[in-house]
Amino acid sequence: MELFDNLALGFSVALTFQNILYAFVGVLLGTLIGVLPGIGPVPTIAMLLPITYALPPVSALIMLAGIYYGAQYGGSTTAILVNLPGESSSVVTCIDGYQMARQGKAGKALSVAALGSFFAGTVATIVIAGFAPPLAEFALKFGPAEYFSLMVLGLIAAVVLASGSLVKAIAMIVLGLLLGIIGTDVNSGLQRYTFGVPEMSDGIGFVVVAMGLFGFAEIIVNLEHREHREVFTDNVSGLWLKWSEFKEVIPAILRGTAIGSTLGILPGGGAMLSAFAAYTVEKKLAKDPSRFGKGAIQGVAGPESANNAGAQTSFIPLLTLGIPSNAVMALMVGAMTIKGIQPGPQVMTSNPQLFWGLIASMWIGNCMLVVLNLPMIGLWVKLLKVPYRLLYPAILLFCCIGVYSLQNNVFDVLMTAVFGVLGWVFVKLECEPAPLLLGFILGPLMEENLRRALLLSRGDPTVFFTRPLSLGMLVVAGILILIIVLPAVRKTREEAFQEEAA
Amino acid sequence: MSMIRNPKEFGSGCLFAGFGLAAIAIGASYPVGTAARMGPGYFPRGLGLILIVLGAILIFKSLRSDGAPISVPSLKPIAIVLGSVVLFGLTVVPLGLVLSTILLILVASTASHEFRWKEAVIASLLAAAFVVAAFSWGLQLQLPTWPAFLMNRS
Repeated sequence: MELFDNLALGFSVALTFQNILYAFVGVLLGTLIGVLPGIGPVPTIAMLLPITYALPPVSALIMLAGIYYGAQYGGSTTAILVNLPGESSSVVTCIDGYQMARQGKAGKALSVAALGSFFAGTVATIVIAGFAPPLAEFALKFGPAEYFSLMVLGLIAAVVLASGSLVKAIAMIVLGLLLGIIGTDVNSGLQRYTFGVPEMSDGIGFVVVAMGLFGFAEIIVNLEHREHREVFTDNVSGLWLKWSEFKEVIPAILRGTAIGSTLGILPGGGAMLSAFAAYTVEKKLAKDPSRFGKGAIQGVAGPESANNAGAQTSFIPLLTLGIPSNAVMALMVGAMTIKGIQPGPQVMTSNPQLFWGLIASMWIGNCMLVVLNLPMIGLWVKLLKVPYRLLYPAILLFCCIGVYSLQNNVFDVLMTAVFGVLGWVFVKLECEPAPLLLGFILGPLMEENLRRALLLSRGDPTVFFTRPLSLGMLVVAGILILIIVLPAVRKTREEAFQEEAA
Repeated sequence: MSMIRNPKEFGSGCLFAGFGLAAIAIGASYPVGTAARMGPGYFPRGLGLILIVLGAILIFKSLRSDGAPISVPSLKPIAIVLGSVVLFGLTVVPLGLVLSTILLILVASTASHEFRWKEAVIASLLAAAFVVAAFSWGLQLQLPTWPAFLMNRS
């Protein structure tokens, strides 16, 4: 079995003493930062990225994956105990998890989240190992036209499935693409939008953008509101589930895993969509749907399993196609690029150690989550008690040092402040910043593929519609937009009619 | 102002259209080339045009449907938080990691409505000690620990 050979190779890479240590430290730090209220996986990864600079590529990615899982789980802990989702995918966990905490069942909610995540993580690892190779082989046949269309589809799917205004989201992507091409043009050597600043000739660092938009803006907005938090930390005992509860939870975990693994593969899918879908399914299937929203344990088990499975299978488009499907994956692309790896179908053949090592480390990371988090839950809970007035200056400090160490450059620190302003403006205008980051990462890639596709077709733009694969992807993207736009059209019409009637 | 019924949508429309215009204006000198031989100005100009169109759509929509006003409770947090970051950026090389860390923590702390002087001073000293231990010694970061003028004397 080739699959097992490959997995064995992966584990032989991931199971060295150093790599286990890095995975361990990654999960530990990820949870440590992720558990802090209001900090989701994106700023956590951006903040901790500098730690991995000195490591060899495989270890760095293993550590980053660990940070990601840790941050994700830390976010769930905060959601359950403080009712503060660190990111959109734990919004659902808040609903029933927080209610469970109010009923003194916080411990149970936390262990269900951990066990569900572990099971989902294990299944998702196998899904990745099984799906990635054939997909990567398929992707090797892609020409520039297919790649361009695939990126269009990926970007459109990412915004269509997200919440909020479609026009704003698409505009954010386009703005991201534009920011992404700042720097020296690879073909002509022309400095584009650098304003003659030598530090900008390599473009703006993606950590700078991510930290400014997600980290700084978040802190500023938090400070504008007087904090009001009710933390349920006294009742975090009784981690163990009763057998009757186990029986309730297992089907929810299985369903959540299946939903998450499937939706995660889709471009634009991933953790958030999976969690929402799983919650809806659990509520539909429940004998007594009225218990949902009042501390139903399935309402924690399903979405938590789904979001972890989805978080993990969203590595598939990244590893096989080189297309990040969400903001976290965009950060992973950035991290790989720093290490000199261009993610895409060729990684699997040219760098099998890295590819399979990363996959094996996903499982190790998940395993560590359970081992680490359940016994240490008391410690994480104590962290939640640290007041925000002490936390945010420290977070700022680490962001600044992290950004500086990127290139040992003060300019990057100042640039991050600029993106902090921009991020704050986006929050005020209700523009979701994640699509911008996706566009930012894909900007140069998209331009290059557009250029190549049109060069090969001698300037004929129909090339995107005459090649069947490319056409198929564009059609799907078009259908996705229509699905979103049509109900909106209907709704505004209805509103207009009502106004006329009134 | 009564024309604008959705300020957030109007504002974002202006923002995107502004970025689009700026992209085209600044990039006006970049050679566009032809579709078959795209110049460095081709892609950014296309993106700029799309941004202007999307911005115009948002502005148009903002006149037709209602939305909540933009809420800016106070400009103090953004000024202090980003000010402290800029301060850190400007001082870290000349003054070294220890002093710039203390400055950053002290200044940033004042943004909170629960600010206490004593606590902030203690926090800044602890942070400076931690940063030196973790980044200067642990990760061997390329940053001066102490102010340059003190180091020159020894």
